Order: sequence, then C-alpha cells, then structure tokens
Amino acid sequence: MSEPKIYFETVEGCKTSIMRAGSGAPLLFLHGANGASRWAPFMAELAKSFDVIVPEHPGFGRSDMPDWLDNVGDMANFYLSFMKQFDLKDVTLVGTSMGGWIASEIAVRDQSRLRKLVLVASAGLRLKGVPPADLFLWSQEELTRNLFHDKALAERLLAMPVSPEDSDIAVRNRVTTARLAWNPRLYNPDLEKWIHRLDLPTLVLWGRQDALLPVAYAERFREAIKGAKVQIFEDCGHLPHSEKSPEFVAAIRQFAGEA
Amino acid sequence: MQFFLFHLMPYADLDLAASDKYKSAWVTLPNSYYDPRKGHELYNRYLDELEMAEPLGFDGICVNEHHSNAYGLMPQPGVLAGALSRRTKKVKIALLGRALPLVNNPVTIAEEFAILDNITGGRFIAGFVRGIGAEYFSWNVNPAFSHERFHEAHDLIIQAWTKTGPFAFEGKHYNFNYVNLWPRPFQNPHPPVWIPSQGSTETIEWAAHPSRRYTYLQTFSPVAALAKYMQQYRDSAERQGWQATSDHLGWSVPCYVAETDEIAMREARPHAEAFYQKFLRMPPEMLLPPGYLSLQSMQGVLRAKAQMQSGEKSLEAVMESGMFLCGSAATVRDKILHFQKEIGFGKLLTMLQFATLPHELAVKNMTIYANEVMEPIRKAQPALAAAK
Repeated sequence: MSEPKIYFETVEGCKTSIMRAGSGAPLLFLHGANGASRWAPFMAELAKSFDVIVPEHPGFGRSDMPDWLDNVGDMANFYLSFMKQFDLKDVTLVGTSMGGWIASEIAVRDQSRLRKLVLVASAGLRLKGVPPADLFLWSQEELTRNLFHDKALAERLLAMPVSPEDSDIAVRNRVTTARLAWNPRLYNPDLEKWIHRLDLPTLVLWGRQDALLPVAYAERFREAIKGAKVQIFEDCGHLPHSEKSPEFVAAIRQFAGEA
Repeated sequence: MQFFLFHLMPYADLDLAASDKYKSAWVTLPNSYYDPRKGHELYNRYLDELEMAEPLGFDGICVNEHHSNAYGLMPQPGVLAGALSRRTKKVKIALLGRALPLVNNPVTIAEEFAILDNITGGRFIAGFVRGIGAEYFSWNVNPAFSHERFHEAHDLIIQAWTKTGPFAFEGKHYNFNYVNLWPRPFQNPHPPVWIPSQGSTETIEWAAHPSRRYTYLQTFSPVAALAKYMQQYRDSAERQGWQATSDHLGWSVPCYVAETDEIAMREARPHAEAFYQKFLRMPPEMLLPPGYLSLQSMQGVLRAKAQMQSGEKSLEAVMESGMFLCGSAATVRDKILHFQKEIGFGKLLTMLQFATLPHELAVKNMTIYANEVMEPIRKAQPALAAAK
C-alpha cells in the first residue's frame, strides 16, 4: 500500500491535517462523523487513479478547532477556500455521510472547481417520516456495531486495541459532529431549498442495510439532484467505502471515467 | 447552617419492572406509564409535603427542573414555585432550575423569577443550571453550545434584572431590541443566585468569580467528591482574590431518619435502592452528550460518577460513600456535623422524600429530621461558631 504524505496546512486560520497520495486528477475525500485519521485501503486503491487528498475537517482528528466553526455552511465555505488556496481544479468531490452533506453545501455555493460529485450515504437532506437513528445515544461500541452490516467485521474492529490518542480523537469527533448536526439533526432546511441548483454529474452510493441513514434517502437525493445516478450496495451498512471497499472504488473509477 | 427541604416530585407509582425494559427512566421511557389520576394525587401530596417545611422550622424549600422522565415531575418548576409562594409565608423558595441553555428566550426566565420574587416579597432564590445531558435529547438543544448559551442567557437575565430598560441585548444566541422587564425583581439588586452542579470545573470557576460569588451546590455525589469540589471553589475564590465562606457552599443529599438505625435502613431500603437503581439509571451517552462538558471535565466527572451509573447500587454502598444519609437521628446528626466540620458547607438541602417513598414515611422522616436532627444542630451552632 502506497504511503501518503501526511502534513499540515493553514487554511482560514485553521491548522488542517492532510493526507495525500497518488497522481492524476484531484479527488477530494470528505470524511464523515467518525473522521479519517488513518490512511485506509480504499484511499490507497483510489490513489492508483487519482491525486487523493484527505483532509481532517476543522474540529476533527488532528486539525484545529477554529472559533468560526458553528455549522456545516462554515465547513463548506472553508473547503471553497481550501480548493482555491491549493488551486485544485476539476475536482472529483467524494463525501461520506456528514462529508456528503458538506460536499452538497460546497457544490450549491460554487461548483466552478468541481468536475463530479459522489455522495456516499450522505446526510444533509430530510426525509419526513424516516428520521436518522440517534447516533448520539449510541455508545462507541454500539456505533461500530450499528454502522456495519457484517457483524463479524464490527467485532474484529472492536477487538482492536484503542490508543489514548484514538480515544481522545473519537470524543473530539463526536463533539464537533454534535456541534454541526444536532439540531436540525443531520440536515439543513436551506440545503433542501437550493440543492436543485446543483448542476454536476452526481453519483449517489448507499448500503442497503444502512442503520443510521436508511437507504430511502438515496431516492431523496436522486429526486433532489437532476441526473443523479444511484448505486446500492447489497449486504452493506453505513460505510460502503469500508465494508464494500473494492466495489466502492470500482464505482468511483467507472463514474469518473465516464464523459 | 441553613436547612432546606428539597423535593424532586418523582413519579412514585412508576412500574419499576416495566421501566427496566428501556434504556433509562429518562427521554425514552414511554409516557403511557404515567397515569394522570395518580399524577393529580402526587402533585397535591408533594406540595403538601413541601408546605409542611414551614411549620417544621426549615429555612427554605426547593424545587427543580427536569424533563421527560419519571425521576422528577417538574418540567415547569415555576408553576410549583408559584403555588408554594402563596401557601407559605416565611420560608425561602429556591427554584433550582432553570436550565438556561434549553430556552430560546431567557427573558421568560427573568420574568418568571421576578414575579416569584414579587409575590413572596423577596423570599425567592434563583437557581441557574445547564440541565443534565438527558435534557438535551428531550428538548433537542445542541449540547455543544450549552456553555455558550448558559453564559449568554445568564448575562441577559442579570442585565434584565439590574439595568434600566429598555435596552438592547446583542449576543450570539440571543438578540433583543427592547429588554424592559416588568416586573423588576423585589430584591435589590436581584434574588440570590445558586448554582447546582455535579462538579464541572468550568462551572465552579465561573460561580466563584468575584463579580458573581454565587452559592455553589453539589448534588448527589459521594462525600469525597463533595469535599474536593468545595475545596476547588474555595481555592478558586482565593486565586481570584476573595475568601469564600460556608454560606457560598451547599450540599444536596437524600436522607432518611427513623427511630433506630435498623428501622431507618429497613424502611428506606426499597425506596433508596429504587432511586439509585431505577430513577437515576441512564447510560453515559445520555448523561453526558458530546460537548456538554469540556474533555477535561468529562473525564473528571465520569470518574466521580462511575459508581452512580452502575445500576447495582445497594443501600449500604450509597451510605458508605455518603451519597445517602440514613439512620437514627443521632447517627444522621453526627454524620452531618462531621461532614460539616470537614467540608465546611453552610447550606444543607435534604431530600426527605425519594423515589417510591410513601407519604406516611416521608412525613415521619421530615418530622424526626426537623425535631431531632435540624433543631439540635441549630442549637449547637452558636457553640460551633464560637469554637471556630
């Protein structure tokens, strides 16, 4: 597995942790509530085709907590500055869960640096009558068990040792997630109003057994974004990039390769 | 030392076995387990119990605020304080809510408290809390902004009480063009402020600030934690250039007194154990949602409260740690005097009804406590003070 370059950059006054590897067109990966403090196998796989850039969001992981961070809109504006500062162009923007919400908010504001959008089990919209599960009432163990469909995989992850640093980061990530997504829970009513302005080739990926954001949300995004394609992974929970890594990478490669 | 009678107004008729099927007696316990006819009896019974405090010689009575639970049925404590304000004539009435961050308009709290202060002619004591974590689920308020909202709401309420209106308030969470309180509070500059807490470092530091010097109340904690947090308050005051007295420190503790130690333990056991094992039971995620505490405080409180979260608290265990006072009048009196001497609190808030404890036993407890614990300590106080 290729080793990423791990470094810090200051954007909008926020010292931001970045992992980066590969070459080709830029792929900016926006992580979900659990963060992205480690270089994952799917990232290495994508780095064979893309210049993969994985920042840790402000307030997550090793990145600073800036005093301006109150909501997902702040996060979206931060990433517009981020792409400008590093002059990223023709970006394939991939966001999972809360990262998908951030990606949608970015694209609604300014899609001039974006080429394609991939939303993976994305938050950001509301589907009345189908509320997301209350992840804040889940313990760290329940969270791991509920996010994966493959229970054996969840148990293997739970059996792995957790360093004090990992544990501190997990608490920190939860705090920032609450700050951004507690109420309204995991969506923004303004995004609902304006997501139709989004005009980018969009791929929506979802796990059939997603226990946090039910698969019905995939349809909600398809309706909201014109021309959006939807692909559902069978036997898969909320984290397709982790649980169905090869299929996930193949879907993105194929989508990115399309004219 | 001043003596207060504290009541939680629990849903004493709770089906304990049924509540075990849920994560907690909070937030998600269905309200189909609440019977309004029983509620009618309970509210009136509990108000009677609080009103008894005056003839029994207590200095004050206390109500508080919690939401969506069987542990305490006072989601709108101002209603109860209002009822008590007319039926009592001498006792102080302390309202140990309101949970400031929960409301979107803190001026309502400034108004409510000012009315109570006017009706009682200055017998009112204002409590400000953040609410426990469960409240943030029930009211869907973002715990990550809890501290910000608490401080801003507090500033707004104090200004509403002390500044000539109308004035503008320009905050992050709260904005008003015309703050202009009618009625103004009866007490000048405003009612005394008490800060109940479970030991958050930020709260202790904030309460001990020289511009505030608020009375700090430690609630339902082992005596070791009580001693630690009260010392922390005194240290903080000293660092900030002033000397805290026992008047600035209060302890809130459930208590049961009977004819003998043995009778007390026998009568209290099922109700005390229900209190700690059933009514207080909640997972850490519910008690401490993300952002409710700083990381540092979170670790500290989790350690202090670790025992409380285990559902298996026996009467002996809570008595041993000092989280529950139980015994004959002599036993309880000696404990209080011992802790008072060691720890130096000047306000004692005893909860003499808890969980499922029936009215007859609550009244017996209150009567023995008042006559054989409180009054003898009062009589001994001048001697104690002189000995210092």
